[in-house]
Amino acid sequence: MFTNFPFFPQQASAQAGQVDAIYFFMVAVTAFFSILIAGLVVYFAFKYRRRHRDEIGHAIHGSLALELLWTVIPFFITMVMFVWGAKVFFDMYRPPAGAMEIHVVGKQWMWKVQHMDGRREINELHVPVGRPVKLIMGSEDVLHSYYIPDFRVKADVIPGRYNVLWFTATRPGNYHLFCAEYCGTKHSGMIGTVTAMEPADFQAWLSGGRADESPVAAGEKLFADLTCNTCHLTDTQGRGPMLTNLFGKQVELQGGGTVTVDEAYIRESIVLPQAKVVAGFQPLMPTFQGLVTEEQLLQLIAYVRSLSQQGEAPGAAPQSPTMPQSSSRPVVEKK
Amino acid sequence: MDTLNYINNGHGLASWLLTKDHKRIALLYLVSITFFFFLGGLFAFMIRLELLTPAGDVLTAENYNKMFTMHGVVMVFFFLIPSIPAVLGNFLIPIMIGAKDLAFPRINLISWYIYVLGGIFTLVAALSGGVDTGWTFYTPYSTAAANSHVITAALGVFITGFSSILTGLNFIVTIHRMRAPGLTWFRLPLFVWAHYATSLVMILGTPVIAITVLLVAAERVLHMGIFDPALGGDPVLFQHLFWFYSHPAVYIMILPAMGVISEIVQAFARKNVFGYSFIAFSSLAIAIIGFLVWGHHIFVAGQSVYAGMLFSIISYIVAVPSAIKVFNWTATIYRGSISLDSPMLYAFGFIGLFTIGGLTGLFLAAMGLDIHVHDTYFVVAHFHYIMVGGAIMGYLGGLHYWWPKISGKLYSEPAAKLAAGLVFIGFNLTFFPQFLVGYLGMPRRYHMYPPEFQVFNVMSTLGATILSVGYLLPMFYFVHSIFRGKPSPADPWGAKGLEWEVPSPPPTENFAVTPIVTHGTHQYAPSKEVGVV
Repeated sequence: MFTNFPFFPQQASAQAGQVDAIYFFMVAVTAFFSILIAGLVVYFAFKYRRRHRDEIGHAIHGSLALELLWTVIPFFITMVMFVWGAKVFFDMYRPPAGAMEIHVVGKQWMWKVQHMDGRREINELHVPVGRPVKLIMGSEDVLHSYYIPDFRVKADVIPGRYNVLWFTATRPGNYHLFCAEYCGTKHSGMIGTVTAMEPADFQAWLSGGRADESPVAAGEKLFADLTCNTCHLTDTQGRGPMLTNLFGKQVELQGGGTVTVDEAYIRESIVLPQAKVVAGFQPLMPTFQGLVTEEQLLQLIAYVRSLSQQGEAPGAAPQSPTMPQSSSRPVVEKK
Repeated sequence: MDTLNYINNGHGLASWLLTKDHKRIALLYLVSITFFFFLGGLFAFMIRLELLTPAGDVLTAENYNKMFTMHGVVMVFFFLIPSIPAVLGNFLIPIMIGAKDLAFPRINLISWYIYVLGGIFTLVAALSGGVDTGWTFYTPYSTAAANSHVITAALGVFITGFSSILTGLNFIVTIHRMRAPGLTWFRLPLFVWAHYATSLVMILGTPVIAITVLLVAAERVLHMGIFDPALGGDPVLFQHLFWFYSHPAVYIMILPAMGVISEIVQAFARKNVFGYSFIAFSSLAIAIIGFLVWGHHIFVAGQSVYAGMLFSIISYIVAVPSAIKVFNWTATIYRGSISLDSPMLYAFGFIGLFTIGGLTGLFLAAMGLDIHVHDTYFVVAHFHYIMVGGAIMGYLGGLHYWWPKISGKLYSEPAAKLAAGLVFIGFNLTFFPQFLVGYLGMPRRYHMYPPEFQVFNVMSTLGATILSVGYLLPMFYFVHSIFRGKPSPADPWGAKGLEWEVPSPPPTENFAVTPIVTHGTHQYAPSKEVGVV
C-alpha cells in the first residue's frame, strides 16, 4: 500500500537548492540542540535521581558566565539564519530582466493562465526549462496562493493587486501546483500541474493548439471598445494623460506626491480612477469596476506597457507570437 | 466533614454560580474549559479521520472546512488562551502571594460569565451550521464570500476577549498591590512572573482583535469598505491587524506554561531555579518583543521586502529569551534530587517538545525558507509542538502538580505516568510526520490530498488516536480521586512555596494569618538569599 512515497521533494528549479541548503542547516541546528537538551535532561535525571525520601538538591543560584554564553551563542546562530534567509528571499523576490511573462488569474476554484502569445490554460502551466519565468498574478475573488513545492516557490494571489512569482525550471517533468491560501469550499480542489519542458518541446506545445489573440492585441482592442482612446490620445492634447512611454515612470499627483506607473497603479486607475489623479488633469474618468474582468484588466495593462517599449511603434504588438520577449524596462517592484 | 475548606464551605448551585472565591471560580473555569477542550478535540478527531485517506470520503468539503475552523476557534479562544491563567492562575496567584483573593473578586466572576457567553455564541454558530472561514477569518473570504455563520462566531470571539482583558487586569493589580509583607518582586514564584507578563499581553493585545473582529462584522453586515478591494479596502490590512493580536496570543498560551514548568522543575529537583532573574525577565522580554513580530505571518502576502526583513530579525531576537529559559531549566536539574513523578514527566515532555517547536519556528522566520513552508503542514506541525506539546503539556503538568491542592485528594500515580507516556508518544506520532509531509509540500486546510502523502497522514491519525486516550485517562483518575482518592496532606510532594503551606484543599480565606515572607520560593538547601543572578 505504501511502497512508493517520497521523503523529500524534488529539486526542479534553480531556487530549490538554495532553499534546501538553509533547510539542512536548520535541521542540523535543531538536531544538535534538541539532542543536547534531551541528552542532558535524561542524563541528569538518571545521575541525580532521588536516592532517599528526604534528599534535597544543591543550592546553585546561577552563573552569569553561563547565562551570557547561552544568550550570545543562540543570538549569533539566529543572526546567521536571518541573513541567509533574507538573502535567499531577496534573490527569489526580484525577477531577472528578460524573464518570460505569463498572466495568472486565480478564482474560486481554478487557475486561469494566459501566455503572452495568447495561449490559454486552466489548472495547468507549461514552461520551458532553463529560462526565467515570471508570473503576474491577480485574483477575481478571494485570497489564493500559487504554490509549486518542487520549485520551492509560493506567492499569495490577492484581489486588487498584482503579486509576482518567478522561477527557472531546471528539470523537465510534471509537478504539483497547489492553492496554499484557504479560499473556500473546494480549496483542496484548486490544484493543477506545472509541466516543465525542453525549450524545443515547449515551442512545439506553444505552436500547437489554438492561440487566442495576444494580451497586447486584445488590450488594444479593448482600449478602443471602451473608448479609452477618446481621452488618452497619442499626443498631449487629451483630457487624460498620454500613455505613450509612461510605464515605469514616476508621475506627479494632484495634491502632491508621486507614484510609479506600474501594474498596480494602472489597475487602480481603471477601477478607482479618482484614487490618484495625475497632476494637471481633472478627475473626469468614470470607474470601470464591474465592466472589465480581471483578465481584461491584465490585457489592458499589457497594452499600456507595450506603449512604452523602446524601438516599437506605439500600438504595435511587440511580442512575437512564438517567443514572447520581455520589455527592457527596469523591473518594477510590487508593493 | 471535619475541617472547613473552600469546597465544603457552602452548598448548592447558587453557592458556586455566585461565588466570589477565586478558587471556586477557578473550578468553574476548569469545568467549562474541559468541556471546550473535548469539543475541540472531537473536531480534531473528525479532521484526522477524514485525512486517513487521500480522497474526501468521510466528510463533505464544506463540513471538513467547518471542522478545522471550529477546531481552531474553540481550541485557541476557548481552551488555550484561558486554560492556565483562568484555572491555575486564578487558583494559585492569590495563594502564592499570600493574599486572600484577587484584587477584584466580582470582576473575576464576571470574567467567567463573559467567557461562558462568548462560548454560547460559538456553540450556537457551531450548532446552527458552523463557520468555514478558518480560525483566522481572513478577508475578503470572511466578509464577502463565506455563507456560514461568521458573525455569530466572530461575536463569540469578540465577547470572550473581554474575559481575557478583565482577567489580565485583575492579575496585574493583584500582583502589584496584594503581595504579603516581605514578598518582594524577586522573591515571587516564577509562575507569578509568567502570569504578570501574560497579563500585559492580554491587556494590550486583546482590544486589537476585538476591533478587528468588529471591522469584519461592519464590512460583512454594513458593506463598509475596509478589507474587501471590491469596496475599496485592503485584504492585507486585515492580516496585519489579526496577527498583531494573534501572534502575541501565542505567548498568552506559552508563557503561563513556562511558568508552570519553572515551578515543577524546582519542586521535583528540590532545588531553587538556576538563573531566577534571567527566567523572570525573559518572560517580560518575550511579552514585549512578541508584539513586534506579527509580519512574519505575511512574508508571501506581498508585504514590503524591507518590512519583512525587520519582522524576520525581530522574530529571531524573540527566540533568544525562550532559549535562555530552556537552558536554565536544564541547568536547574543539575545536581538536584530528581524524582520522576507524573508532573515532572510532563515537564520533561514540555522541555523536549517546546525545544523542537521553538527551533522549528526558526525555520519559519527565515524568509527564503518560509516561502516554501508557509501554509503547509510544516507550519501546522510547528505550532502544534508549541501549543499542544508546549501549552497543553504545561497545563496537564500543572494540573497534576496542583491537583492534590485543588481537590485535596491524591490520584493514581501509575495511571498518571501511563497517561503522560501516551500523551508524549501519541503527540510525536501525530505531529512529527507533519513536518515531513509539510516540507514535501502538503498545504494545510486540504480536504483531499495527493496519494503520495498518505503514509504520513495515516501515522498522524494513529498518533491522534493514542493522544486522545492519553487525554481521556486523566478525566477518569482525577474524577476517581475525588470520590475514592486518599486525602492529600498540605505538601504531598515535599515542595516549597506558600501554596504548600496551606491545607489541601485550602480554606476559603486561604490564610488564617497573613504570612510574612523572608525568602524566595523553592529554597530547599539552607543558603543565602537568592542574588540577582
